[in-house]
Amino acid sequence: MTAIALQAPRLSTRVTASRWFSPVLLLLLWELGARTGVIPERTLAAPSSVLTTLLGMIVSGELPSNLLVSFGRVVAGLGFGVGAGIILGLVSGLSKSGEVAVDPLMQIKRSIPVVALSPLFIVWFGIGETTKIALIAFATVFPVYLNLYSGIRGVDPRLIDAARSFGLSQRELIQHVILPAALPSLLTGLRFSLSISVIMLVIAEQINASAGLGYLINNARDFMRTDIIVVCLIVYALLGLGADWLVRIVENRALIWRPSIVGHN
Amino acid sequence: MDVRRGFLLATPSPAVLAIPAVTPMPPVVRLRNFTRRFGDTTVIEELDLDIAAGEFIALLGRSGSGKTTLLRTLAGLDDARGHDITVPNSRAVVFQDARLLPWKKVWRNVALGLKGAGIRERAERALAEVELDHRQDAWPLTLSGGEAQRTALARALVREPQLLLLDEPFAALDALTRYRMHDLVLALWRKHRPAVLLVTHDVDEAIALADRILVLDGGRIIASERIEVARGERAGIAQRLRDTLLGHLGAGRPARDGVVPLRAQA
Repeated sequence: MTAIALQAPRLSTRVTASRWFSPVLLLLLWELGARTGVIPERTLAAPSSVLTTLLGMIVSGELPSNLLVSFGRVVAGLGFGVGAGIILGLVSGLSKSGEVAVDPLMQIKRSIPVVALSPLFIVWFGIGETTKIALIAFATVFPVYLNLYSGIRGVDPRLIDAARSFGLSQRELIQHVILPAALPSLLTGLRFSLSISVIMLVIAEQINASAGLGYLINNARDFMRTDIIVVCLIVYALLGLGADWLVRIVENRALIWRPSIVGHN
Repeated sequence: MDVRRGFLLATPSPAVLAIPAVTPMPPVVRLRNFTRRFGDTTVIEELDLDIAAGEFIALLGRSGSGKTTLLRTLAGLDDARGHDITVPNSRAVVFQDARLLPWKKVWRNVALGLKGAGIRERAERALAEVELDHRQDAWPLTLSGGEAQRTALARALVREPQLLLLDEPFAALDALTRYRMHDLVLALWRKHRPAVLLVTHDVDEAIALADRILVLDGGRIIASERIEVARGERAGIAQRLRDTLLGHLGAGRPARDGVVPLRAQA
């Protein structure tokens, strides 16, 4: 359960056309099924009608405004969660007493599924924004914390020795050696946190939302509008992809010193 | 620097371990009765060592003989409180693996920890001395083994150390690069005149480079050979010296048997 760097296998830039074949075939079958009545509208709307609904929701401003609300929740939750994770990871990673104080609490926290805390959060914070943001924040603390902490603890002691032999102070050692060395782990943690934040958004928005993607989905469910539900699923997927893309950009900027040789250790 | 060189030439001290009664200049490194234990294991026992300013010493020893511990102590990496140890404040280490920080460009690695003005210029000058000025903006992971080691050498020299510690710095290099590094180290040593302690497994390397060769075994210096013959003219004495040193290193085995296992260790 420790820092596992589950990186999706990088697609080669030469994505062959054949990779598109099966998804497109599925879409065509789906459309065909809907048109011929094999798949009823109430079960699953046709891709064409989903597309029409999507465009309509964008033009009417319904989708952008609700997306903005959801986006705000994710950003706020991530802000608190990642911020706290970084602070706790630094405290725990850089000092022995910090580790003794912080790490047991974080391990206890880890053993509680965050979703199971939602009843307690509702009792504490009501069914408003606070609970939703708190759920996202609470769920995203741990990946950042654990990866940063183990990244700091895993710094090559030979590099630390070398830096110390050149008379670096403790502060310089942290600045020039330990933090840069822990950065790749931190980014791995950040990637986990971002994907978890989208999952938590979905769960949090099931709680009596009056705006946001979850609100759209719940309304659509009540009116059996499968086209709107599918539109929201697409948006959730795009959010996840966007989060991953964001971390990759940061990684490419921050880890520019890594040679781009596959399989390099 | 020239003063020190004059001193060395004037007093080619034949003294081995004992310090001469009257020294015109104190040694830059002075260890007295130095003992280091880890738990029940005594790694270094009652070791006395003097290194004169500008002296080039090679330290030979098998694995586990205490070489690394001695080097760490001289580098200030192990706590030396409570021991009778004198080492200069300005010292630098070159390790077997170059230990460059991969997230800093080459010149920033050289400049690591430097204070004051003109840091970039100082780093550039040091890199020029190891013929790497064209690589100063490269990332360390793109360097070859020899380039990385030359960068490490520049990083050590830029500090103008009085004591340069070399921890098997050539062991991981191919033979040709190794010979080039020997020449480079000698040239830089002649120019800057730090005291050098070269830890090595390679008896021939020690004979080619050093003023004095020490053999460490079981935490004690069991042999010390001063070489008076000039570098480059040592072919004549090399065979006899190699046999003697290998004899010490083989610890009781016939001298000529020692060659193969020693080479294999490096």
